[in-house]
Amino acid sequence: MSATEILTGAEVVVRLLERQGIRVIAGIPGSANLPLYDALGHSTQIRHVLPRHEQGAGFIAQGMARASGQPAVCFATSGPGTTNLLTAIADAKLDSIPVVAITGQVSRSLIGTDAFQEVDTYGMSLPITKHNFLVNSAADLLKILPEAFRIAVSGRPGPVLVDIPRDVQLEKVDVATWPEPGKADALPAVDDALLQTAARMIAEARRPVLYLGGGVIHSGAAETARAFAEQGGLPTVTTLMALGALPVEHPLSLGMLGMHGAPCANMAMDESDLLIVVGARFDDRATGKLAEFCPQARIIHIDIDPAELNKLRASHIAISGDVETVLRRLQAQLKPQDRPDWLSHIRQLKTDWPLRLPGADDPRTHYGLVRAVAACLDDNAILATDVGQHQMWAAQAYPHHKPRRWLTSGGLGTMGFGLPTALGAALAEPDNTVVCFSGDGSLLMNIQELVTAAQENVNLKIVLMNNAALGLVHQQQTMFYGARRFASLFTHVPDFVALARACGIRAIDLDTADDPRAALAEAIKQRGPCLIHCSIDVQQLVCPIVPPGAANREMIGA
Amino acid sequence: MNSVSPKRTVLELTVNNHPGVMSHVVGLFSRRAFNVEGILCLPVGNGDISRIWLLVDEDGRLPQMIRQIEKLYDVKSILRRQENDGLFDRLEELFTSPNDVSQKEPQ
Ligand SMILES: Cc1ncc(C[n+]2csc(CCOP(=O)(O)OP(=O)(O)O)c2C)c(N)n1
Ligand SMILES: [Mg+2]
Repeated sequence: MSATEILTGAEVVVRLLERQGIRVIAGIPGSANLPLYDALGHSTQIRHVLPRHEQGAGFIAQGMARASGQPAVCFATSGPGTTNLLTAIADAKLDSIPVVAITGQVSRSLIGTDAFQEVDTYGMSLPITKHNFLVNSAADLLKILPEAFRIAVSGRPGPVLVDIPRDVQLEKVDVATWPEPGKADALPAVDDALLQTAARMIAEARRPVLYLGGGVIHSGAAETARAFAEQGGLPTVTTLMALGALPVEHPLSLGMLGMHGAPCANMAMDESDLLIVVGARFDDRATGKLAEFCPQARIIHIDIDPAELNKLRASHIAISGDVETVLRRLQAQLKPQDRPDWLSHIRQLKTDWPLRLPGADDPRTHYGLVRAVAACLDDNAILATDVGQHQMWAAQAYPHHKPRRWLTSGGLGTMGFGLPTALGAALAEPDNTVVCFSGDGSLLMNIQELVTAAQENVNLKIVLMNNAALGLVHQQQTMFYGARRFASLFTHVPDFVALARACGIRAIDLDTADDPRAALAEAIKQRGPCLIHCSIDVQQLVCPIVPPGAANREMIGA
Repeated sequence: MNSVSPKRTVLELTVNNHPGVMSHVVGLFSRRAFNVEGILCLPVGNGDISRIWLLVDEDGRLPQMIRQIEKLYDVKSILRRQENDGLFDRLEELFTSPNDVSQKEPQ
């Protein structure tokens, strides 16, 4: 047995993070977490990345976690450091991303006294984390930190916050043995009887549709889902979060469902008599008016989180379990089926109700730009987006091929997500190319991270679709508020190319390029960060669109 | 309890005993605009564990509430008690009516 070491709480944290396999941490120091930073400065295993805003730190951690599937860590100091982090944590909660946020807190004796930079971190983080801890002693860290990682990655993943008072970071503790790093719990057992019934329902269904959600990505079930779909002859739709779970060109793929989904996907679901819902949660952007969503369908719902089953839509068979395991075992019970009638009808629906991408050949239009960027990338490139029209255009037009290559803020829809998340992904995969589709509104919400991109010299390309507008809001006003466009057009727009250069990164402007395709290809090929600017017509809409409160079959612009 | 009130039920939770637990539990209800009518909480055994009784309306959302509570890290177990031995009714007698309570000074 090794000799007992006497360490500070802060040193214990850093050691535990090292043992956990953490190699990059993004964060910002301040007085309440300086002991942690002092200890981190001595680590030879963990590289610290200094962003320019704590929200950036939170999203950098998310980018690492989304791309790798492994938990990632961010640091912030008490008070404003922590409040700045909260949006990124809430975003991780809604999209089930394993992030461990470690925040400094004022010393124990000062808690509850309105001390300098004291906020109720525990209270504020409670509803937006999977779980949170306020650490009471340095010795407790030995239990709490591994536990935080275990919680973050077990079952349905999610963010965990660990709030550590400054004096706990300084407190000395004897460490005789180190705990095992936290890892995911064993997967839950699956009920065989349910699998048999489900297999029978699938065999008997005449118009089944497979509906894949983000859980398929999280559980690493993309391959399995594909094999399952092929075996059962199941036309397949994906949510925004599951893009990449099935290659878009796959004959069984109908594309994305929902508000801005492929018309054929929504129409097929409308006719379906059996919906197999896998790792999805009936989000309102996906289902439209819930009472009229797949009105004829019986439901088989598979999810790792039992609380999602029967939450919004009653299912006929509810299977709680890891979706990869369940799909694999369900497939073993399925006889191969070709469903000639249904699949030929599906082909007809694809012809009659295609997703239209006007301008896809012109790199200076919204769809054309997405396609032109895709043409410069291989299957393995990572795509991040911000939130708005550009996000939906990228979701629709990008040829998604692989899981964990599409990073978008689905549940919270957070503008400002794109740049720092893409940065995190680029840190996780330094040899890869990461592209961030952003909007002029969203990019300015975390523009300061351009400096971080320059500092880290990441291989990140920001494709800015500049319509000088909060485009998606402008669209909603155009369509649903009598074209009263208020507060959605920018009267002042910065010179983004100059701005990027001022932050220390290359920038090109496709508006003035003689050959935009060549300029784009060159900008993407050259390693390092680069901003690619392109003006987009503000009148362009995201189509189709299911109006708020309408059923998915009532798409406008389909 | 008067006769017009909706049917009530008692949820019995066994939880870790630390300062944040109550927030976690009641937060689930307040976030869903689900009123908790009565709360009882006492430590059991050596004090590492507490038992909480929540008096709540029988509501269509109750099964979802229970599944959410089951997910809480600090909740060891939850069960739905068919009856509460009239305990909440007897407690009601101990509580003075709102009129007897001295008014808070205006702030
Ligand atoms: C933080 C935040 N604030 C407000 C919104 C509401 N919102 C959704 S899309 C959008 C406009 C986004 O503008 P931009 O980034 O330029 O994208 P575009 O729609 O123009 O492509 C707004 C304001 C949001 N999603 N997130
Ligand atoms: Mg815009």
